[in-house]
Amino acid sequence: MKDTEFVVDLKNISKSFGGVKALTGVNFRLLPGEVHALLGGNGAGKSTVLKVLNGVHQPDSGSISIAGRVMHNLTPETARESGIAMIFQELSLIPSLSVAQNVFLTRENKSNFGLIDDTTAEKKSQELFNMLDVDVNPKSLVSELGAGQRQLTEIVKAISQNAKVLVLDEPSTALSVSDVERLFVFLRKLKKQGVAIVYVSHRMDEIARIADRATIFRDGRNVITAPIDQLPIDTMIEYIVGKRSLGLSDIKRDSVKLGKALLTLKNVSGRYKPNNISLSLHQGEVIGLAGLLGSGRSSLAKVIAGVDPIVEGEVFVNSNNIKLRNSSDAITAGIALVPESRATQGMIASHSLASNITLPILEELSTNGIVNNAKVRKISQEKIRELNIKTASQDHAVSTLSGGNQQKVVISKWLVTNPDILILDEPTAGIDIGSKSEIIELIRDLAREGKAILMISSELTELLAACDRIAVMNDGEIFNIHDRKDLDDPTLSDDPENQLQDAEQKLQLLIQDALTIKS
Amino acid sequence: MSLNDTSTEKTTLLEWGLINWRRNIIYIGFIAIFIIFSITLHDKGFLDPTNLLNIIRQTAMIAVMAIAMTFVLSCGEIDLSVGAVAGLTSVTVAMAIDAGGMIFGIGIGIATGIAVGVFNGLLTTKIGIPSFLTTLAMMGIAKGVAMWISDTAAVPIIEPSYSWLFGGGSIGIIPVLAIWMLVLGILGHFTLKRTGFGRRVLATGGGEQAARYSGINTNAIKFKVLVLSSCAAALAGMLYAGRLQSGRFQLGEGDELSVIAAAVLGGTSLFGGYGTVIGTIVGALMIGLINNGLILMGLEFSQQLIARGGIIILAVALSQKRS
Repeated sequence: MKDTEFVVDLKNISKSFGGVKALTGVNFRLLPGEVHALLGGNGAGKSTVLKVLNGVHQPDSGSISIAGRVMHNLTPETARESGIAMIFQELSLIPSLSVAQNVFLTRENKSNFGLIDDTTAEKKSQELFNMLDVDVNPKSLVSELGAGQRQLTEIVKAISQNAKVLVLDEPSTALSVSDVERLFVFLRKLKKQGVAIVYVSHRMDEIARIADRATIFRDGRNVITAPIDQLPIDTMIEYIVGKRSLGLSDIKRDSVKLGKALLTLKNVSGRYKPNNISLSLHQGEVIGLAGLLGSGRSSLAKVIAGVDPIVEGEVFVNSNNIKLRNSSDAITAGIALVPESRATQGMIASHSLASNITLPILEELSTNGIVNNAKVRKISQEKIRELNIKTASQDHAVSTLSGGNQQKVVISKWLVTNPDILILDEPTAGIDIGSKSEIIELIRDLAREGKAILMISSELTELLAACDRIAVMNDGEIFNIHDRKDLDDPTLSDDPENQLQDAEQKLQLLIQDALTIKS
Repeated sequence: MSLNDTSTEKTTLLEWGLINWRRNIIYIGFIAIFIIFSITLHDKGFLDPTNLLNIIRQTAMIAVMAIAMTFVLSCGEIDLSVGAVAGLTSVTVAMAIDAGGMIFGIGIGIATGIAVGVFNGLLTTKIGIPSFLTTLAMMGIAKGVAMWISDTAAVPIIEPSYSWLFGGGSIGIIPVLAIWMLVLGILGHFTLKRTGFGRRVLATGGGEQAARYSGINTNAIKFKVLVLSSCAAALAGMLYAGRLQSGRFQLGEGDELSVIAAAVLGGTSLFGGYGTVIGTIVGALMIGLINNGLILMGLEFSQQLIARGGIIILAVALSQKRS
């Protein structure tokens, strides 16, 4: 095969950050008109490869060719000029600018006199959104958009650049099923036009549906590149983790003996969402909230945690009626929220593990206002051990850890307050498969210890693995609540993976049902 | 339908009005203060055209610097050296005019601004010293140089056409200073809102990482706004020199606070991402208006300082969006 046939050809790329090897001799080739999936655990090197391709990182050695041309000193600008458009997880939109302004950022339409013409930009963005069949107002500020709308804006921004190579980094994380479907239809259109698509995802079901080929990374090397039909999901996992690991289907849910109701909500409504929620959460129980983006799951979590105000209804903790005016009321009542956005709400990334973990109980650890460092070390060491957090030391900055370990730090941070009721909002977002099952195991362990847990996840398999009951939400309301075991089919074989797959389909259907009944 | 974020859609008309009321507080405040002063101070000559034009003359230098400061703040940076640079430039211009005439003087004035700006910009973008510290240090350096080269004495300018063009003159009733302010204001407004450069400035301040990933050279943008700011400060120094027909190191002293206050009063975010040149100019005029009114009221300087501080805090507090 002639080299020029590849639209992207990375040869023998190596890259280190401060002595740590992020990439070692990586080779990656991309054909025009293919959807090429990149897989790998966190820290396997996917993101670094993408950043090399985009010119954000310069490789220490190796060569980059784009459309047959060897690129020396690739910068983000030259990468874009050569037709590489990248959609980052959460990085490339400016919150204070409008959707249309973001889409055409650095390529603004100019009117006479060379002034920027936002009206044309708005019209053009509207056309692009119409083509994608997506409902986003080009005039809205990005800061006013939900996560899904931001994602679609990112995609539209990239598409508007007439890209030869479109790089999608976890595009579906924030998207609902129907939006993912829409995205796939669109990607197939682009593919026919000869656009090469690099698709990074932790969701293998999606990759199996959309990708033509896949390259799997592990420990900064590319371990295999193969057509997708030669890579069934278990083979993929094998390459990703190197050895077979415990999957989600193996997690044990003890038959629960429900304790007393720790948290009871009676007709609780927030300012916009949720609406009229009644729910009882018992000791030792994990309730999952299922639903699409914007269904009110996070709003419910925030209301219970005292972050957002309760407009109507009553909250009982241990059958005491309590008033939740702010989050410290909730913490006093024994309610802890592990928030959705790890980086901004959950932790102070530049601070050490120890100071993050002990932040909520600093006062208890202080005498006369002076923090007792011995206690801080002891508690954080305990948590690092208990939760099996992988770090060289408790004094390292949390930002140096992988996503899964960061999440464990955030969870530890709330466990030190010893809450009775723990709310976890998307605890496994952006975490590799191995760490995911560890987090789910941790949630089960906490329930076994007698905590009551409310968990939000967009990954249904995780909800099914973790929860005793699952509440399906739509439009701020709980549509109905299902016992987890009702989703199992006793007539199916004992194979837990089959069982889980079947249960997931049922749950998908229930979520879709909630949508159609409402609208 | 699943993607509609209902929280934005359910915003009531009342809330919409409130949000915009806060955004426009500077204009409402400006008009309110103007009316109050018109009523209470009309017997002290507040509404005399001479007095009103004086307010504009006194405001012009602050406004010129604040227009550039709007870019600096929108970009997420700050420039504390503007006042000292204005003082320094007044001295260099005066000395250069004395040595080589008006054109040479103007050239040296602009060169002073560029030199300081390049210095600020390089330290901030190449070495990575936060602009707060770079320009804080530059404040002292500029003042020191101005004192040193002028021997702390005023340097007279005997060049009527310079004084006319940079400060003293007027066309009919309109002071030249007002024209400077107006022209630069219009230029600044369109540059910020309607040019690629302005958009890049707002993007850099609104989300530096995102801007970089979008292909914006954010360091180049920061460098340019810092140079722009120093050049505006140099121009303000030239205007001071023209108006007072001399260059002195004390000119512009402490102006950085009024300049930043004008921009923030006008609605520019101290943290980047949002800025408005029109708001800034009205902010500058409002500070001038308050100063003038307090003097006409016969307040002592100490009382003026307290009253001015209080009014600024009130205005900024009212303009804050509550979450």
